[in-house]
Formats: sequence, C-alpha cells, structure tokens
Amino acid sequence: MRVLACILLGVLALWAQEGHGVTPADIQRGEQIFVTNCARCHGPNGDAISGVDLASNKFRHARTDRELMDLIKKGIPGTPMPPGNYTDDQASAIVAYLHSMGNAPRSTFDANPGNPARGKTIFDGKGQCRTCHRVNEQGGFTGPDLSSIGGERRPADLQRSLVDPSAGIRDTNRPVRAVTLDGTVIQGTLLNYDTYSLQLLDTSGKLRSLRTDKLRGYELMKTSPMPSYKDQLTAQETADLVSYLVTLKGQTR
Amino acid sequence: MTARAVSLLMAGAFMCSAQVPFERILHADREPQNWLTYSGNLNGERYSSLSQITAANAKNLELKWVLQTRPPAESGGKYEATSLVVDGVFYTVQPPNVVVAADAATGRIFWIHAYNPSQEARLCCGRVNRGLAILGNTLYMGTIDGNLIALDARDGHQIWSVPVGRPEAGYSVTVAPLVVKDKIIAGPAGGEYGISGFLAAYDPATGKEIWRFNTVPKPGEPGNETWAGKSWEHGGGSIWTTGTYDPALNLIYWGVGNASPDWNGAGREGDNLYTSSVIALDPDTGKLKWHYQFTPHDEFDFDSTQVPVLADTTWQGSPRKLMFFANRNGFFYVLDRVTGEFLLGKAFVKVTWATGIDAKGRPVRVGHSTPEGAVIYPENQGGTNWYNPSYSPRTGLFYIPSWMDTHSVNTARQEEYQEGNQYYGGGATHDIPPLRAPAILKRLPDSGWGAFQAVDPATGEVKWQFKMADVTDSGVLTTASDLVFAGGREGYFYALDARTGAVLWKGMTGGQISAGPVSYAVDGKQYVSVAAGNAIFTYGLRDQQ
Repeated sequence: MRVLACILLGVLALWAQEGHGVTPADIQRGEQIFVTNCARCHGPNGDAISGVDLASNKFRHARTDRELMDLIKKGIPGTPMPPGNYTDDQASAIVAYLHSMGNAPRSTFDANPGNPARGKTIFDGKGQCRTCHRVNEQGGFTGPDLSSIGGERRPADLQRSLVDPSAGIRDTNRPVRAVTLDGTVIQGTLLNYDTYSLQLLDTSGKLRSLRTDKLRGYELMKTSPMPSYKDQLTAQETADLVSYLVTLKGQTR
Repeated sequence: MTARAVSLLMAGAFMCSAQVPFERILHADREPQNWLTYSGNLNGERYSSLSQITAANAKNLELKWVLQTRPPAESGGKYEATSLVVDGVFYTVQPPNVVVAADAATGRIFWIHAYNPSQEARLCCGRVNRGLAILGNTLYMGTIDGNLIALDARDGHQIWSVPVGRPEAGYSVTVAPLVVKDKIIAGPAGGEYGISGFLAAYDPATGKEIWRFNTVPKPGEPGNETWAGKSWEHGGGSIWTTGTYDPALNLIYWGVGNASPDWNGAGREGDNLYTSSVIALDPDTGKLKWHYQFTPHDEFDFDSTQVPVLADTTWQGSPRKLMFFANRNGFFYVLDRVTGEFLLGKAFVKVTWATGIDAKGRPVRVGHSTPEGAVIYPENQGGTNWYNPSYSPRTGLFYIPSWMDTHSVNTARQEEYQEGNQYYGGGATHDIPPLRAPAILKRLPDSGWGAFQAVDPATGEVKWQFKMADVTDSGVLTTASDLVFAGGREGYFYALDARTGAVLWKGMTGGQISAGPVSYAVDGKQYVSVAAGNAIFTYGLRDQQ
C-alpha cells in the first residue's frame, strides 16, 4: 500500500513539475526493475551506498536524463556499478522511478500546503522542537539535526513522525539508553556498535564510546523519546510545521 | 616431527624451485608451512597442522605486516580472496583481478599483474575474486569478464587466456580454480543473468577445455526432464565456490548455484537439477557419479555454493567416508560421499521455508516465493554463504560462520529473459545491508546478528556458539593447536578456543572481513593471514626479546 502511495505521489510530482509523458505504468515498471536489479546494492530507498542517494534527484555522474540512462546501461567504469544492458525503454523507466522517489515529498506538500512562517513559530515556540532538535546549529542533541530534513524525508514521513514518532525511526536516528556500573544513565543517538562497545552522541552533544563490560546494561530503543503531537497540535498547525520542515534544505550548512 | 622441522625440511627441498607438482598439492598436509590450494588441502577442511600459536601464547599475537590495495585494484570492492603461500611467497588477488606476489614474511611486493577486465563484465554482487590456483610454475585465475588466465608465478606475465563464458551474456569467473591431477577445474558465475551453467576442466598448458559437465542438463542429458519446457535454456546453475577432491575415490565434489530466474519458479516447474545441489564427478572425464539436491526447485536464490568438506570419521560407530555441508538454505548436512546417501540434515539457524528434511533427504517444503511476497527465514544471503567453514579432525567439530535470525520477503515476478540483463524473476528484501555498505551498525539486534557455531557432525547439535553484534562474511580456519581463526564485519579478527569458543585474542583490522584466513610458516615462524577491508593483515607471535 505504501509502495502504491509512493508511486501515485511520484506520478503527481512528475506530472506537476516536469510535465512530460511519464505514465504511472512507466514508474511502476521502473520500480520493478529497480527493486529487482538496483536495490540489492542501493537499498530500497536508494541510499544504501555511502555518499550515493538515488532519491535525492542529484546524480554525480549524470547531468541529464539521457546521461543517467546511459550510466544505467553502461555502468560506471572503475566502480562497482555494473553495466545493466537495459533497453532505452527500461532505462527510461528506471529514471522515471528515481525521479518519483526524489519528487514525492514536494507532491504531498503541494497537496496540503501549510504556512512555513507559522510553522517556524510553532517549531521555536509551542512545539518546543528546538529543545531536542537542531536547525542551523541551534538546538538540542536528543533528536536528529533537522537542518536539511526537507531534502531527506518525504512530507508524509514528516507528518507521520509528528503524530507517531516511533513508527518510522530510521536506523540513523536510533535512540540508545545505557546505564553505567555506578548507575549513571547515558542517553543519546546511537552512531555505531559492535560486540564490545557502543558509539553514541549523547544528549549534551558529546561523542561517547562506551565499553559494554563497563555498563550495567544498555538498550537500543524501538520507541522514540519524542512525544506525539497528535493531540498537541491542530491539523492546520501540523501542516504548518511540516511545511516549515520541508523548507529546511541545509543551505546554510 | 615438529612443524618447524617440517618447515625447514620442505624449505630446503624446494629452495631451488618454485615448482608445485600436483603431488605437493595432493599431500599438502605434509608441508603445513605452505597454503597450496584454496582450502589448504584438497578435502576442504581448512585445517592447518601448524601448532606454534597456541591457546597459551595467542595473547602474544601481533600484526606483522599489512598489504594495502592501490589502483588499479578497486578499493571499496569486496576482498574475498583466499591467498596462497608457496615456499615463502604470498600470492593474493586484490579486487577485481589484480594479482600480487609478495614476501610472505614481510609483505614486500615482488610483482603485480593487473588484469584489465572488459567493460562488458557484469556481476550481480560485486567485482570479486575468491583466489588463485597454482600448478608447476603457473598461477591460474578466473576473471570477472569470463576468462580463465594463466600467469607465470615467477614474474606474473600472462601465459594464456581462454574464454569460459561470454561476459556480455553475464558469464564471469569468480571461483578460485581447483587443480586436480593434470587439470584446472572451474566454471562460470552468472546465476542472476540466466546463464547456462557448467563445470569444466582445462589443460594447464594451453587452457584448452578437456571436459564439461552441464550443471543444467541439455535435452538428451539426464536431468533435463526436471525443467519444464525450455526453461533449461537460461536455467542458471552457476559455479562460484571451490570444490574438493577425494583421491581414493577419484571424485571431485562441487556445489552448484541457484536456478534462474532466482525467485520465479513458475515456468521452470520441476526439481531443476543440478541447481542448488552438490555433484560428484570423475575428474578425468567429467562424468557424474552422484548428486544430492539440497534445495529442489530453489525459489530463494539459496544456491549451494559452499565448500563440500570431506572427512574420514565414524558414523554411528562405523568408519565412513563423509561429506559435511553447511548450506545457505540453513541446514547442516552429512552425506556419504561414496554414494551420496543422505545421513543427516539439521537446521543451524532459524529456518521457515522447510520444516525439516525427510528420511530420504528431501526438504519438507512449506515456503515459496509469491507475487505478494513471502517472509522466509533465513534471509536471501542465507544461514551461511561462500564464507568457508572448517572441520578440525582433532576436535571433531565443524565450524560454521552463521547469520542468525535473518529473514527476507521473497517476491516472485514474471520476467522475460534478455541476454545480459539481470534475470531475477522477482527479488528479496534484506535484513542486512550489502557488504560494501558503510560499516556502521545501528539496526536492532533482533533483525540479524552473527555467530560462529561449532557443530557436532554426528548429531548436528551446536556445541558452542560465539556471538557477534554484526553478521560475518569471514571464513574459518582451524589449527592443530585447537584454535579457530575467523573475523567479521565489525573488523575484529579472532583467535577462539576450538573446544569452547572462548576468545583468546582479538585484533582490530578496521575493515570488514569477507575472506577465508590461511596459516603458513616462514623460517619456522607461524603466521595467520586474512583479507579485511582493502588490505591483507598478517599476524604472528611477538618475537622473544
């Protein structure tokens, strides 16, 4: 269902913004090829390879759709990206799907616009978002930095995170809670862990590496410490807040 | 005779010549200071009789040398090669096909041969190579663009190159070849491109193909009837992990890859022999002696490309020639390697595609790939994979690098074959990111973790389990001093007690380990070496002051 929603959003986006003849069937076909052939390395969201985000609509090795198609067909020599031997039609469908991934957020935004200025007021005031989140260097360290969240998450995802913060925790934002042998509680965002240690950014913004044999215990949390705004904000306020978040593209960083 | 005495004796015998006649490979156990073939010996045990490094002194292990990849090797590629060591010379393959000869005691490079693969090369899962073979003065390597090449071991120059399969149709050669008598045995990968698989023997002097066994039989060949219609034409059956050889029975044993298309079984109804099977062939003729199929009608891309490990031990009180096979499908198997008779099949990870193996050795299948997507344990990468296991005749235990509690959603989809295109017929979600994704672990432990498991082959029971937070793509090495050497994605390289699994020593390589360790000796000093990240790491005991 979510896939279908994404496809529909992608279609809306392409029709609304690019105006060329990409059909829902093209995107669906592109998605099938992507999921089968590309997602194994690039991940379902197109971001599994470090430094490569296929859903960003930015491609280091291709400036135009034609170049992107050629890249998909021929691979990138000297990198693990292999040639795909696709027809033009197939490569075009993949490109359509990639654009749909990148364009989907703005389509939701278009469908339900809020007021970004009012949203910023809520963010800084009533919502108390900066207590835990940073935007352009200002704010707390309990939650993820939101300075470029508008370029990273789809509005639908942002809205869901406001209403149900635990529903879509990405591994990149995994909260962790550790208790040292003397009973001190350390909370933060998990950066990495292995068999013997945890690496985290604690809520004061300090990088900590904790040896697990020096801990009473620790928990990689499935639930977010963020409160739900479901009953704290009106639908319009939520839309305003989402519309503000969508404007955060990290320009000043 | 001590390992050191053996080492010195053999060094003397071969000082004047680097020649490796097959007799040396056949009796590799007589010269444990060398690592002459992929698994160290032809029976696949990956067991070293060196014993200088012990449980008592393992704490004194230290890094002796590092060999880092440089272009034209591809940093960021997966370094999956098992290295060879011949009389003090260390041979390895940096990804994709860059062969390096170095001093095994210091890591100083003698020569580099950078094979330049065709742009037509296409690999499902990384531009990888799993190692070399040596015979006489010649090294043999498969290339990612589908060739088998011969290099002079003394200076690295290329002697010949022969095509195994066409790269534009998805054929590649990633397997480390196996030398058996006067033949080089290898076959093509490409099960994700709908190749028509085979195992073949090549003339060491010329590369001429001597025999070929079709892992997906053509019409008129036995087994073709297990493929509906013309589905055999693009049926897969790839070869990408090295087999083993029993000289007394004169049989080679080889694991065969998945049926194509991987996930869509509709259209290739039948068992799809000899995919996801182990085959026993006469190495002189390529004739099939027997086969055993682990995953009939594979719909999960399980392959069966593990090393078939040959052990002469007892079975239910009587001496018997056995084969141990820890399969990607999640079951550990014991077969009679004379006849192929199924003796035992027991899950070593969580398995949901089958409830067990029946008395005749056929899985009790309950799971299938579906258009809607079906949750199947283990995940697509399996309970284990190409990561070589090890068997210690001393402990009698079989050691399996394992992925615990992983699952995939397996989706079947109608797909037309087009030459050179990936031909999956669907796909699978992954609990675990691909190996070359950033080495950062944040996911919850309930979505997959790693372990080395020591299994008693008599029962399939797990005797001990060493748990890791992340999964492992590392092979296992055992030694005569009852040590297990192995690593994982976290970058730790371990010496474990082979009888208990206790950690005796660990070193941090800072890279993901996705290759099999080897052990060897130079000037009477034992080394343990493994590829990790983009480099080779070689360890030995601290010199006495």
